[in-house]
Amino acid sequence: MNLHAVRAIYLFEMHRWVRTIVQSVAAPVITTSLYFIVFGAAIGSRMPEINGVSYGAFIVPGLLMLSILTESISNGSFGIYMPKFAGTIYEVLSAPISAGEVVLGYVGAAASKSFVLGLVILATARIFVPYEINHPFVMLAFLVLTSVTFSLFGFLTGIWADGWEKLSIIPTLVITPLTFLGGSFYSIDMLPGVWKTIALFNPVVYLVSGFRWSFYGVSDVSVGVSLAATLGFLAVCLAAVTWIFRTGWRLKT
Amino acid sequence: MESIISIQGLAKTYAGGFQALKGVDLEIRKGEIFALLGPNGAGKTTLIGIVCGLVRMTGGRVIADGHDIQKDYRAARMKIGLVPQEISTDAFEKVWDTVKFSRGLFGRAPNDAHLEKVLKDLSLWDKRGEKIMALSGGMKRRVMIAKALSHEPSILFLDEPTAGVDVELRRDMWDMVRGLREQGVTIILTTHYIEEAEEMADRIGVISNGELILVEDKDVLMRKLGKKQLTLQLQEPLTAIPAGLEAYPLELAAEGAELVYTFDAQAETTGIAELMKRLAERGVDFKDLHTQESSLEDIFVSLVRARA
Repeated sequence: MNLHAVRAIYLFEMHRWVRTIVQSVAAPVITTSLYFIVFGAAIGSRMPEINGVSYGAFIVPGLLMLSILTESISNGSFGIYMPKFAGTIYEVLSAPISAGEVVLGYVGAAASKSFVLGLVILATARIFVPYEINHPFVMLAFLVLTSVTFSLFGFLTGIWADGWEKLSIIPTLVITPLTFLGGSFYSIDMLPGVWKTIALFNPVVYLVSGFRWSFYGVSDVSVGVSLAATLGFLAVCLAAVTWIFRTGWRLKT
Repeated sequence: MESIISIQGLAKTYAGGFQALKGVDLEIRKGEIFALLGPNGAGKTTLIGIVCGLVRMTGGRVIADGHDIQKDYRAARMKIGLVPQEISTDAFEKVWDTVKFSRGLFGRAPNDAHLEKVLKDLSLWDKRGEKIMALSGGMKRRVMIAKALSHEPSILFLDEPTAGVDVELRRDMWDMVRGLREQGVTIILTTHYIEEAEEMADRIGVISNGELILVEDKDVLMRKLGKKQLTLQLQEPLTAIPAGLEAYPLELAAEGAELVYTFDAQAETTGIAELMKRLAERGVDFKDLHTQESSLEDIFVSLVRARA
């Protein structure tokens, strides 16, 4: 195993993150804080409790998930898209490094960033909204799993994208709507009849629900199903990335 | 001589059906500077791309320093450094960080002393703390060379190293390449400047339409190139070479109206004066004369044209 290479890619990516800290950390933290202030502290105080949890606290896991998903995809995709765009990918392709090591370096860095960002947002939320975490280890496990899975998904979109537009399509046109409709701000039990069934086809519902369970012990779907769905998506992404490196799709001619 | 890269039957057909390489066989000798010449689209970059791992071969086999580039790609690639034709760098990174990254990427433990030497050799040491975007085009190209040398490769590929480079930097580049050869690095460079191949290479390969049409020691080629021809347009056509001149490499052309003398331009005496005297003694008169020198360029163009 070429550990020097994994380390080089990982540090390169983390270095880029630190260099752009305003954009990569401050921006998402401020955006999420605005949600906490408006929906949590201001509007939340006039909303009834959901499943025995105050509205302000109820939205914390969902909002955190929204940031993690968006940032993971953006970090994961940008990390590999940038070398493709700038042409510096030649170096990675000509290096004595396996596909698995490339993924470990890029996706490992993207997931690390998301994980740290998640913790920062969690700490920031505490300033505006009181919340509790009933199952901290499950919460951390979900945080890690989601960061890794969606950084990998982002990595795939970064390989797929052949222009800046495509790069932003997935986060803005797919992930953000799915997260807003995935029960970040409400329990899907509150949806009328058929919409509740439709919501169950939204994969983000399982993520948010499982994550919320780790906080308050209440969920829309069982935590086991949530975990299985997330792991399933991880498996799909792993299979896709394996196929890509085997065939050289969009990387080698 | 021991070969460091062995290419056998290398073929590449792109997805669109374009045959970029049609079964190339080539041995690169250890420690030499090998120049690969060819017109645009001949297959030079594809060949380099395959050996370095950027392009997938559709047929054949490549052994680099004893390692199959597919089966044993890690060992093979650790031995190879690549400077591609296009300048592509991480604009926001500092020079020092980027060479450190390259060394790690190629599986080497950190070695600041080596990186320092590489940067100093390329006159980049003073620029080590600068962002790459702040450097001039020539400096950026040096950064790419520094990156390629960061992991101490024994084989270095330079794809069009002096394309769009000013005369002074080109000279520097040549000196640097010679310096590397002295350190034992084998260098394969592609170029379409014939002057560059003449100046630098130990051996020259000419590639055209995906086929390697000539591989020759430069000196041998230069000797061929060193041939000059003197053509005399005779007053009276001859039917045969005059008696007593059989020892001269003479030929009749244009149905006896021209007498062609081929000689070595680099020899101390060309023999022209002696030939003229002897022709005069035999009453062979001429109305005009001209000399002609075949350059590597002529050879190259005629080779390529013949195959096209």
